[in-house]
Amino acid sequence: MASPQMVMYEEEFNQIRAIVDRLVRDANAQVVFIIDKNGQLIAAAGESEQIDTTSLASLTAGNIAATGGIAKILRENEFTTQFHEGERANIHIQLVGNRVILVVIFNNQTSLGLVRLRVKKATEHLNGIFEILLQKAQDPNQQTPFAEITDDDIDNLFND
Amino acid sequence: MSFINYLSREINCKIVYYGPGLCGKTTNLQYIYNKTNPEAKGKMISLATDTDRTLFFDFLPLALGEIRGFKTRFHLYTVPGQVFYDASRKLILKGVDGVVFVADSQIARAEANQESLENLRTNLAEQQLDLDEVPYVIQYNKRDMPSIMSVEELRAMLNPTRVPDFEAVAVNGDGVFDTLKAVAKLVLTELKRGTPK
Repeated sequence: MASPQMVMYEEEFNQIRAIVDRLVRDANAQVVFIIDKNGQLIAAAGESEQIDTTSLASLTAGNIAATGGIAKILRENEFTTQFHEGERANIHIQLVGNRVILVVIFNNQTSLGLVRLRVKKATEHLNGIFEILLQKAQDPNQQTPFAEITDDDIDNLFND
Repeated sequence: MSFINYLSREINCKIVYYGPGLCGKTTNLQYIYNKTNPEAKGKMISLATDTDRTLFFDFLPLALGEIRGFKTRFHLYTVPGQVFYDASRKLILKGVDGVVFVADSQIARAEANQESLENLRTNLAEQQLDLDEVPYVIQYNKRDMPSIMSVEELRAMLNPTRVPDFEAVAVNGDGVFDTLKAVAKLVLTELKRGTPK
């Protein structure tokens, strides 16, 4: 496989959770998401229950992928930040360590400047955590939950 | 690239439906969407042109059930089949765990099938993936059309390595779930083998 598998463990998840919770408060944002570049939702904080998070994750990843494609054509490494301004909602999208995407949705109760500032700080912390996760995922001694799964288990999933 | 979350005890995998323009990739997803229980599926997203041709991708999140306490979730994507959307196809293939190649059985589409399959191989190779090593199945769609190739002819042309293949009429749902189950099974078997490396 070209890219290593993403595995999320309790310790790192709690650290990520703390960062996104704090970002919601510090940036006075409505919702904060962390999504991997393939469109899988990793963590959410704020008023996320009102949003179709699975769809948002997939579309944001598509958006980042398309922007990355444009960057390549222009011989840029990556466009790491995107901002979309709406009438009521605004969305700030930040690529973290070229691995995951930090999405902040906010309204006019806060400012783009504050969001940018807080995102920058959060990005530094997140970078370190995902670096550790990557190392863990590449550790050959790390067990996957699939190690003990039998062919029968897989077959049973499809017996309807 | 599958995503294993120990906290929510979930395994997420990405399956991409590939094939020439108008072969029925979106139709496969629409049928799966229509026939799946509401609690097992999310919203289907289609980024399409005004004439309903896929512009970027279709997306359907699907829960297949639990294996040893882990929920298995599959994200199904289609690529835009039209030749000039190649840049988009490359993006959608990123992080793929399994591929379904949907071939159009009509004689007139023989060349388009071959081109698309070659394109799939090339685009996978760009991200250091070999089609012969990726979980992969083929669907011969549109078996109800009048001027079609025989399955033997299609197999000889598109499936020399004899990966699992299925006849289908996606508009009626024939073969749609057989294809999905086969690729999902291959993806899970691959995970069991302890990849990725």
